[in-house]
Amino acid sequence: MPLHVEVVTQERKLFEDKAVDMVIVPGSDGVLGILPNHTPLLTTMKFGELIIRKGRAEESFAIYGGVVEVRPTKVTVLADAADFSADISMEEAEEARERARKLLEEGVPEDERTRLLHELRRAELAINIARKTRSRAGSVRIITDEE
Amino acid sequence: MATVKEIKRRIRSVNNIAQVTRALEAVSASRVRRAQEQVMNTRAYASKAAEVLANVAATTQGSEHPLLAVHDRVKAINVILITSDRSLCGSYNDNIIRLAERFVANHEDEEVRWIAVGRKGRDYLVRRGHNVIAEFTNLPTPLRVADIIPISNIILDEFNSFTTDQVFIAYTDFINTLTQRPTIFNLLPLKPYAPKSPAEAMLIRNEPEVTVQKRDYLYEPSPTAILDEVIPRFVTLLIYQAFLESAASEHSARMVAMRNASENAIALSADLTLAYNKLRQAAITSEILDIVGGVNALDDSDVETVNHLADRFIEEVGTALRNP
Repeated sequence: MPLHVEVVTQERKLFEDKAVDMVIVPGSDGVLGILPNHTPLLTTMKFGELIIRKGRAEESFAIYGGVVEVRPTKVTVLADAADFSADISMEEAEEARERARKLLEEGVPEDERTRLLHELRRAELAINIARKTRSRAGSVRIITDEE
Repeated sequence: MATVKEIKRRIRSVNNIAQVTRALEAVSASRVRRAQEQVMNTRAYASKAAEVLANVAATTQGSEHPLLAVHDRVKAINVILITSDRSLCGSYNDNIIRLAERFVANHEDEEVRWIAVGRKGRDYLVRRGHNVIAEFTNLPTPLRVADIIPISNIILDEFNSFTTDQVFIAYTDFINTLTQRPTIFNLLPLKPYAPKSPAEAMLIRNEPEVTVQKRDYLYEPSPTAILDEVIPRFVTLLIYQAFLESAASEHSARMVAMRNASENAIALSADLTLAYNKLRQAAITSEILDIVGGVNALDDSDVETVNHLADRFIEEVGTALRNP
C-alpha cells in the first residue's frame, strides 16, 4: 500500500503525492525512515533534509523546523518553512550566510541576534543540502500525480 | 412634479455617486486579490493543522494538556466576533452578527463574554449592552500571525484560568468572490463540541473528521513536549485563518456591493435623463402652442404684429434649444 504524502508550509502547499514508497524525516530525536503502515506518530522536526522516494525518483526538501503527523497510509509534513532542494540558489544562500556572519561579528542587539542566528542556521542548511543534491548526479525528480 | 432644474441636480448627484462607488470598487478589487491569495496560501496548512488537532484530541483524555480538557460545568463562554471596521460592504456584517446572536440564544444559562474584532461588531455589541471583554479594531493589513498573538493570549488566559469554559469563533468563510458563508466553530477545548439541540447543530460548523481511531499516537520526544509545542501554535493558526477568511470575505462583499451600486446609479441616471428630456420637450411644445394660439387669435390684416410675433417665436425656440 503506497503512502499519501503532503508537504505544506505556513505560506503554501509545496508537494502532494498519493503513491509514495518512503519518506525520510529529520525528526527532533533523529532521522526517521517511514514506510507504509507505520504506527500513528506525531513528532517535531529539526532543521534538516526531508526525502521522499517513489520508485527510482526522489524529491528532497530543506526543512526549517515543524511537525510531522504519520498515519498508516498518510504522512503530513507541516513545516515552519521549507524549500525544494533543487530550487535553492547556492549563490543566494552563501550570500545570506556571509551577511548574517558579518552582522553577528559586528555585534547587534539581543533580539536581532536570535533572528540572525536563525538565518545563519537556515543558510547553512540550505547550502549543505544544495551541495548534497547537486552531487547526487542523475537523480530523477518525482513527477506528482496531481493535476 | 419635479422641475427640470431639480431633475438636472439629481442626475448630477447620481453621477457623482457612481463615480465614488466605481472608485471604491476598484480599491476593493485590488485588496480582494491580495486577501484571496493570502487566504488560499495558508488554507492548506490550517486545514492540515485542524486535522492533526482533531486526531490528537480523539486519542487523548484531556489530562495531557489544559487546552484538551473539557471543563466539568460550562458557566461562561467566549465568542470571538469578527466583523469589519468599515461599512459599505453589503450585508457582510449583518450576516455574521445575526448568526452569532442566534447561536448565543442557545446559551442563555451561561455568561457570554464577547471579544469584538472590527468596529462594526464592537459598536453593535456595545449598543445592545452585551458584555465585551476585549476589542480589536484597525488591525494591520496584510495581517501577520504576530498581529493576532494578543488575541490568542487573551483566550488562552481566559480558558486556562477557568474564567471561560468554551471558546467559539464567529467569522465569515470565504468561498468565492460572490459567496461568503458566515460560520461559527468551537475553538476550545480542543474536543469535538456536542451541540445542545439540533437547532444549534445547524448553526455550528462540523468538526474535522477524525482519521485515527482509538489508536494512540507515538510522540517523539514526549507527549508533553510535543503537545506544548504544537497545540498553542495550531490554536493561534486556526484563529489566524479565521481572520484571513473574514478579510477576504469583507473585501469581496464590498467589491460586489459597490459594483451593484455603480450599476444601479448608471441605470438611475439613464432613467432620470429620459425624464429630463421628456420634460424639456414638453416645455418647448407648450411654449410653441402658446404662441401659435396667440397668432390665431389675431386679425389677419395685422401683418405687422404677426411678423413681429414670428420673430419672437423663432428667437424663443432658439433660446430654448440653446439653453436646455
